Amino acid sequence: MADERRPKQCSLVLPTESMKVMAESVGVGQLQEECCVALSEEVSYRIKEIAQDALKFMHHGKRRKLTTNDIDHALKLKNVEPLYGFQSQEFIPFRFASGGGRELHFYEEKEVDLSDIINTPLPRVPLDVSLKAHWLSIEGVQPAIPENPPPVSKEQQKVESTEPLKAVKPGQEEEGPVQGKGQGVTSAESKGKEKSISRLKPRSTHELSVEQQLYYKEITEACVGSCEAKRAEALQSIATDPGLYQMLPRFSTFISEGVRVNVVQNNLALLIYLMRMVKALMDNPTLYLEKYLHELIPAVVTCIVSKQLCLRPDMDNHWALRDFAARLMAQICKTFSTTNNNIQSRITKTFTKSLLDDKTQWTTRYGSIAGLAELGPDVIKTLILPRLSIEGARIKAVVEGPVISNIDKIGADHVQSLLLKHCASVIAKTRPLPDNVDQYRADYGYLGSMLCSHVVKARAQAALQAQQVNRTTLTITQPRPTLTLSQGVSTGSGPRTPNIIKVPSSLTLPVQTLVSTRPVTPAQPSPPATKYIVMSTSTAAATSPQVISLTSSRSSSPITSTAPSSTSTLQPLVKVEHTGQSVTTPGAGGSRTLQKYIVVSLPSAVSSEVKASSLSSPSTAVDSTVKADRTELPGASTHSSH
Amino acid sequence: MAAVQDAPVEADNEKEIKTETLNDAAGNHASAAGGVIPSPPVASTSSSGPAKAGGPGSEEQQTLMAVLQFLKKNNFVGAVDVLRREAGILEDSDESQGQELAASALGGAEAGDATCTLSRASSCTTSTPAVAAAPAKGGEDQPDVNVVLSAYSQQGDPALYQGYYSGLKKFVESVLDCHRAELSQLFYPLFVHMYLELVYNNHETEAKAFFEKFSGDQECYYQDDLRVLSGLTKKEHMKGNETLLDFRTSKFVLRISRDSYQLLKRHLQERQNNQIWNIIQEHLYIDIFDGMPRSKSQIDSMSGSLAGEAKREANKAKVFYGLLKEPEIDVPLDDEDEEGENEEGKPKKKKPKKDSMGSKSKKQDPNAPQQNRIPLPELKDSDKLDKIMYMKEATKRIRLGPESLPSICFYTFLNAYQGLTAVDFTDDSSLIAGGFADSTVRVWSVTPKKLRSVKSAADLNLIDKESDDVLERIMDEKSASESKILYGHSGPVYGVSFSPDRNYLLSCSEDGTVRLWSLQTFTCLVGYKGHNYPVWDTQFSPYGYYFISGGHDRVARLWATDHYQPLRMFAGHLADITCTQFHPNSNYVATGSADRTVRLWDILNGNCVRIFTGHKGPIHSLAFSPNGKYLASGATDGRVLLWDIGHGLMIGELKGHTDTVYSLKFSRDGEILASGSMDNTVRLWDSIKAFDDIETDDFTAATGHIHLPENSQELLLGTYMTKSTPVIHLHFTRRNLLLAAGAYNP
Repeated sequence: MADERRPKQCSLVLPTESMKVMAESVGVGQLQEECCVALSEEVSYRIKEIAQDALKFMHHGKRRKLTTNDIDHALKLKNVEPLYGFQSQEFIPFRFASGGGRELHFYEEKEVDLSDIINTPLPRVPLDVSLKAHWLSIEGVQPAIPENPPPVSKEQQKVESTEPLKAVKPGQEEEGPVQGKGQGVTSAESKGKEKSISRLKPRSTHELSVEQQLYYKEITEACVGSCEAKRAEALQSIATDPGLYQMLPRFSTFISEGVRVNVVQNNLALLIYLMRMVKALMDNPTLYLEKYLHELIPAVVTCIVSKQLCLRPDMDNHWALRDFAARLMAQICKTFSTTNNNIQSRITKTFTKSLLDDKTQWTTRYGSIAGLAELGPDVIKTLILPRLSIEGARIKAVVEGPVISNIDKIGADHVQSLLLKHCASVIAKTRPLPDNVDQYRADYGYLGSMLCSHVVKARAQAALQAQQVNRTTLTITQPRPTLTLSQGVSTGSGPRTPNIIKVPSSLTLPVQTLVSTRPVTPAQPSPPATKYIVMSTSTAAATSPQVISLTSSRSSSPITSTAPSSTSTLQPLVKVEHTGQSVTTPGAGGSRTLQKYIVVSLPSAVSSEVKASSLSSPSTAVDSTVKADRTELPGASTHSSH
Repeated sequence: MAAVQDAPVEADNEKEIKTETLNDAAGNHASAAGGVIPSPPVASTSSSGPAKAGGPGSEEQQTLMAVLQFLKKNNFVGAVDVLRREAGILEDSDESQGQELAASALGGAEAGDATCTLSRASSCTTSTPAVAAAPAKGGEDQPDVNVVLSAYSQQGDPALYQGYYSGLKKFVESVLDCHRAELSQLFYPLFVHMYLELVYNNHETEAKAFFEKFSGDQECYYQDDLRVLSGLTKKEHMKGNETLLDFRTSKFVLRISRDSYQLLKRHLQERQNNQIWNIIQEHLYIDIFDGMPRSKSQIDSMSGSLAGEAKREANKAKVFYGLLKEPEIDVPLDDEDEEGENEEGKPKKKKPKKDSMGSKSKKQDPNAPQQNRIPLPELKDSDKLDKIMYMKEATKRIRLGPESLPSICFYTFLNAYQGLTAVDFTDDSSLIAGGFADSTVRVWSVTPKKLRSVKSAADLNLIDKESDDVLERIMDEKSASESKILYGHSGPVYGVSFSPDRNYLLSCSEDGTVRLWSLQTFTCLVGYKGHNYPVWDTQFSPYGYYFISGGHDRVARLWATDHYQPLRMFAGHLADITCTQFHPNSNYVATGSADRTVRLWDILNGNCVRIFTGHKGPIHSLAFSPNGKYLASGATDGRVLLWDIGHGLMIGELKGHTDTVYSLKFSRDGEILASGSMDNTVRLWDSIKAFDDIETDDFTAATGHIHLPENSQELLLGTYMTKSTPVIHLHFTRRNLLLAAGAYNP
């Protein structure tokens, strides 16, 4: 017998109070208790009946969620007038109220001002239904393309790496119904074989298929090659492709070895490319990176604190690389640091140690400060602020002392601006208001006066930002229900889980120069007029364009065209012009746009841009759920070449 | 009242049941039995004598009392006297005596032919009881008679019900293991009927307590029905509740071995447990078989339907499951492809091709129905061309098997916002139709050939009708597009089906209509009205012309495209018909229902020739194997069951899906069964192995007891996850490429 196999069927009945309330609402007062009881039983029964009928409609509608329409149809079945006006697609929030000994659950219906409705612009027409084909399986094997779910889910990768003996090969179904998803096993025999093997020892597959080898070769070549367009595509592929987990060890080794070699050879460009690969790997939501951090972290840290990263330290902009790597490190800490591996504290310790060492070079010093600063205001407060006066003294010694070497001077300059940039905002938040220059000087030594002016600026900016936030949210809150998927078969966006590419919240390249946007697939109708014409008036502009492009799918930028210059004491460094409402261009959904952030120079901080870019991230997140069909990518094409 | 139908009349009388249910469907449940031929009461009295003589059961006794009362009421004094004399009932015999009689009759029955008496519905072939009950029916609107006959009137003390039930429970737990499983089958129907009796007699609190106490004991697959029951606590609710009506109008069928049955009978007799005995008599149909009692797993695999298992007799009819002979069409040889193209249009008189298809069609399959058993439409020239194309494609078909799995191409509907409710592909895989919750039907062309409609009448006048390419000219080039939208329904579209010649499309909807659309003009041609309630599914015959529809009214209807009224109505399901499917030879249709049974109907005479029970949830998909021998069905419980049509047996159970199976399809040669489900997976099963593994010897065929091998995992060849896209439809192209479709559901 089926004892205790399921919860008991309970026969719930609506409370009689509800009957009273409902009766009152239709003008019947003083309902007798017996009437209420009889009514509530009847009503409960009918409601159940209707709900059971509505379920039928849900099943036939091939849905898992019961909608108000189903209820309407069930009512219609019973020859009852449907309830008009409940068209909510989503959960209807019931509110609870109590008072006077009564408790009520009610649905809050706001009064709607008709003129509001008339005056608000119409929402955009939802995209039409469209059809898209892809290979779910090719002769029994599921290709690893974006349209398919990742062959091995992140959880399973984790299980494989943490409990290797329990690992289950894809396609094997013995551990439960859910796990065996993924690739089908081509023959019953091989399945049987696998089963018996897995009992003994997991078979570790390190061999890659021919397609995967090809893909690996193409991707790595593109990543470190000379063609920027190819690199962008390759990075995009790394950041989004779901089937990369098998190649992850190779990529990891590639990066770590690459950094090792190129640091020695001072090949700055290659180091930057490799860091961008790390970033792309981290952006890929289907990868379980924890297993490879032991290779990636040293590589990243190397790029932050290495004494020398380029051949001409006086000319090349290795500072940008350090900044970028520092941000990466911060992201790694944020994502992967746990109480077990203690990544953040270990990293912090490393940076602090080199910071405290007097003999540390300016480059390394810069790196460790940057690395610490990216970890957040708390770290700045506890570890950097107390050191300000010491560092100030050291900078003073270089700047005002006898000229020993040009390199040192540049280094000191950079450290100074870095400190000012990061510390100012923290001080602005923590220090009580009167910003007295003398006081600052007393507290922070040599840097005090400059710090003071920066803090004043930062405070002013914060005030301005508050306004901006309001304004931005205003523009963003406009309904944009249709951005998720593109229109038409030709534009070809795949069904994808919202695969949001994170724009790091601290996207703080000092100057972000938006050079051009480039629709990658020429066949697609490119979004009209998404042009960012940027004129940089910075002095150090054209010398060493180290390109660091972050693959964010699109930056929506109706935000800060005016913001940066207004508060900065420096010359306006960036001017963003945009023609046309780029974000709301219909049909732009399918195209993928890559932004290039070219680091032009390293002037002192203009934190408004920083904030602006972080502001833009929510809307970017919305947009970046749009994924393009990437059959032009080498990886995808090799997979679907059957 | 439906309660009348406790009499043994209907049990064997298919026709009657059908009429009733038809009426049910029309909505007048109250007068369900109204359609039965009412025979005059006087006539009945004379013939009711033999009933008494032939060993009276308590049932008959009671019926007699009812008849007497009825006669008395209508002042048929003479008739009353005659009946009394014949039946040997004293003037002062009353209810209590009736009880006694019933008890003694019980003993007598055992002494006599026990089986015959107890499963009298099948074995009592004397016409007497039938006629005896008929007058009662005629007078069913008489309240007092109604009370007497009402199924739940002769209640005992409501407080004792729990005692009865737990007494039986104790007994069943104490019997030998081999009998326990069989006797456990009794629990659920007894529970339901006892509960309903309590409710019917207004013992609300007792009913609730009874439910509370014993509902947990029932098998988990009855949960849905229990949920309905739990809501029902008042006599008034029982009116109009379809589930309950089903319980009372139809007998719950149990299969029990003779030994187990004897045990039960002895027990009940010893305990004088009339209450339970009465319920068994009136509401249960016990199908007794000789031989070993069945095991728990055997029983579990077959039970689960709303009205118990199918009677063995129900599946005895001969089914011509073989395929029809293919019409002889001369196929141009493969190397003459170009020529073939040129010769399109004129019927060919060349040497017949000696390929496998041709030779196979020469032999007449002994299991095949006669070619003209069902009149089929004649082949048009275009059909012949299509057949030729089909054969050409067939020669290029990939042979599938466990070693060579099909490739799957998935068609994802984007931006459908959960509105996609039905999908169909044409046989040649050139068009896709989708039905949507917003009442539209959309048709896409998946080949580069765009969809064009015919020009308007005015424009058609202008074209040269004598020209060779007139068929090209009538098409409106301006209207060419990849997809077309068909507007016309006023409710969600739940089913779509292409005609085999690709000229028509059927759609059925919540609004109760089935619509026929022309794919030449992309307009609606006919709206078939007949179902008053939502139509859940519709399907074209593989030969065109006919189509079947089934819906909430529990009736499947067979239509012909040129008739606005249905040709056949298939009634018998006890709940919504959720899916329909034509047999490949077009002589039969299968319907799946929310009563958790699959029925196979003969189109020729409208008979139900197979009832398959075993599913534990509403059935949502059906598929015939290409050779017509097997049927696969998928249900909300996520299981796929395989049936042998010829023997009427369950032959396989495929477990693996975790949610409703919405689509099933056999590959073109039948080697692979593909199933698509709400759990976002497509699964491939080795159907050859599933069919081979089962041994269908005469014994299993005769008894219907099957040992299902637990080999789902071995049969599963592959599982393919989609990205949050439920798989709604599957289709094998002529070359055995699997197409799947579903709406992306972020």
